[in-house]
Amino acid sequence: MARIPVTKTPKVYVGGQFIRSESGRVFPVREAGSGKREAGLLGNIPQCTRKDLRNAVEAAAKAGPDWAHRTPYNRGQIIYRLAEMLESRSGEIAESLVISGAATKAGATKEVSASVDRLIYYAGWSDKYEQVLGNTNPVAGPFFNFTVAEPMGIVGIIADDAAPLLGLLSQIAPVIVAGNTCVCLASQEFPYPAIVLGELLAVSDLPGGVVNILTGFRKELVPTFATHTHIRGLNAIVNQEEKKQLQLGAAESIKRVRARKRDDEFDWSDAHSQSVYEIRDFIEFKTTWHPIGA
Amino acid sequence: MTMTASPTMRTTFNKLLDEIGTVDQVGIEERVAKFQTRSIKKGSKLWGLKTAVSMVDLTTLEGKDTPGKVASLCQKARRPSFDPDVPPVAAVCIYPFLVRHAARWLADTAIKVASVATAFPSGQSPLALRLEEVKTAVSDGADEIDMVINRGLFLAGEFKAVQDEISAVVDACGDAQLKVILEVSELDTYDNIRAASFLAMQVIRPGDFIKTSTGKASGSATLANTQVMIEAIRDFYLATGIAIGMKPAGGIRTAKQALHYLVAVKETLGDAWLNSTRYRFGASSLLNDLLRQIEKEKTGAYQAPYYFTESAESY
Repeated sequence: MARIPVTKTPKVYVGGQFIRSESGRVFPVREAGSGKREAGLLGNIPQCTRKDLRNAVEAAAKAGPDWAHRTPYNRGQIIYRLAEMLESRSGEIAESLVISGAATKAGATKEVSASVDRLIYYAGWSDKYEQVLGNTNPVAGPFFNFTVAEPMGIVGIIADDAAPLLGLLSQIAPVIVAGNTCVCLASQEFPYPAIVLGELLAVSDLPGGVVNILTGFRKELVPTFATHTHIRGLNAIVNQEEKKQLQLGAAESIKRVRARKRDDEFDWSDAHSQSVYEIRDFIEFKTTWHPIGA
Repeated sequence: MTMTASPTMRTTFNKLLDEIGTVDQVGIEERVAKFQTRSIKKGSKLWGLKTAVSMVDLTTLEGKDTPGKVASLCQKARRPSFDPDVPPVAAVCIYPFLVRHAARWLADTAIKVASVATAFPSGQSPLALRLEEVKTAVSDGADEIDMVINRGLFLAGEFKAVQDEISAVVDACGDAQLKVILEVSELDTYDNIRAASFLAMQVIRPGDFIKTSTGKASGSATLANTQVMIEAIRDFYLATGIAIGMKPAGGIRTAKQALHYLVAVKETLGDAWLNSTRYRFGASSLLNDLLRQIEKEKTGAYQAPYYFTESAESY
């Protein structure tokens, strides 16, 4: 007798749990090249709402203090191990890129390898960026004056449709390495690799709530990313109109916006798309004056 | 293992239940589950949130409370938000020792000073001392007294003794309003909660309150045990014409929960109970979330909790 295939219910990864949208809404995503055929249904992806975003922010806030207070070395270890997990499951996640139509087979393999390398790159920075970005400052008085880097808090990430895995991880890694937590909106066109990434994060050592991944429609969620006052920064790949929307909302809620235009066609696998300055974008500098003992 | 009730307890308890009726546990729980499914839209929600603010007994009951903390709590009670549209809270609820400080800060307002008394939260000290505590709190300036019933006596079936103690506290209150805390989580069953509600209502004055919990025991207010109590209030009102107030306390932290409680009041007791003379929330952190949701309703933007909290969290 033929076996009935067991298909997976795609769920988003929020607060360390796999959830559906509170609205119960989903949108169908089809396999590459399947057209409108029923057989080509890849899955019904949660169509998250602004309430889901609000809940994800609560989860990120809850996870924040513990994550920020871990030693940089420990955060580095955890991100490094995430890279190890990704490497060992590279076949599965490459397949998710291919089946979504986001990449060719060769392109997918390359994208997953680059993703692993990117995680390792930022894991390496975990206990070094503070030395590079912080400073002891010369002052005209009997004081030690030093500048230290502190996490901002919750950062909103709006991912690119190009390189839906590498792009997303390139936005997440520099944010969390510094002790921030994040709420991400996965690529709208290719959400499935982010669903699989959530399953990977769940078995890594990353505490639940540090990375939260939503799927859904940009036009429904971008305005809430812009105005939610608990989100302290935005790392977004957007079009001109969305960029304006983010900047207006961010001005009201006084948050930092790093918006890159999606039509700028940058190459995520390029070495220039990783640097310590990606980390600098989402830290706060604190300068302290400390009297020198007489 | 539970101890079997003494024959006298069974008879007094059964007699009381024959008189007041029992609680249908399944019915109550299904009923309150429905309250959580009501869709409350924009204007009604804003009204509900502001009404809830006006019903809050802003509470601090910690061993480390200081006159300074009470002073800042009183400021928050007077003007919870910079938004003039947001009303002051109903009362500030504190330990007796701090009553005179709160009375000073609230002297020129309509905000009441409520004090827990009668050896709160256990109530396990001699009656004379408990009455003395009530009198001291009232003479220090308390407008309202939150007493605890003697759960030991109730569970032992000494209903008359429970009522006598409440009556004694009523006398000691003088003009101060009384709220009788049943500490429902220690009463174990809905029938017991209903029985204790009636015992209290039979001896307190019109306008006095019954209250769920101290907030110090393992369990506190839930929609279900509050529903048992407001149905008791309704039945008592229909039988005697005497209106008793209700105060759920403990465990109500979010604006959403508060709206569920208001739905329950609206659908059980009606509009006459939807004001602070007949309904209160005993809470410390609820006010912050109410303010946060009011701001969200007004601006359309979700708000960070630290804008509304005295002890701001940094994250």
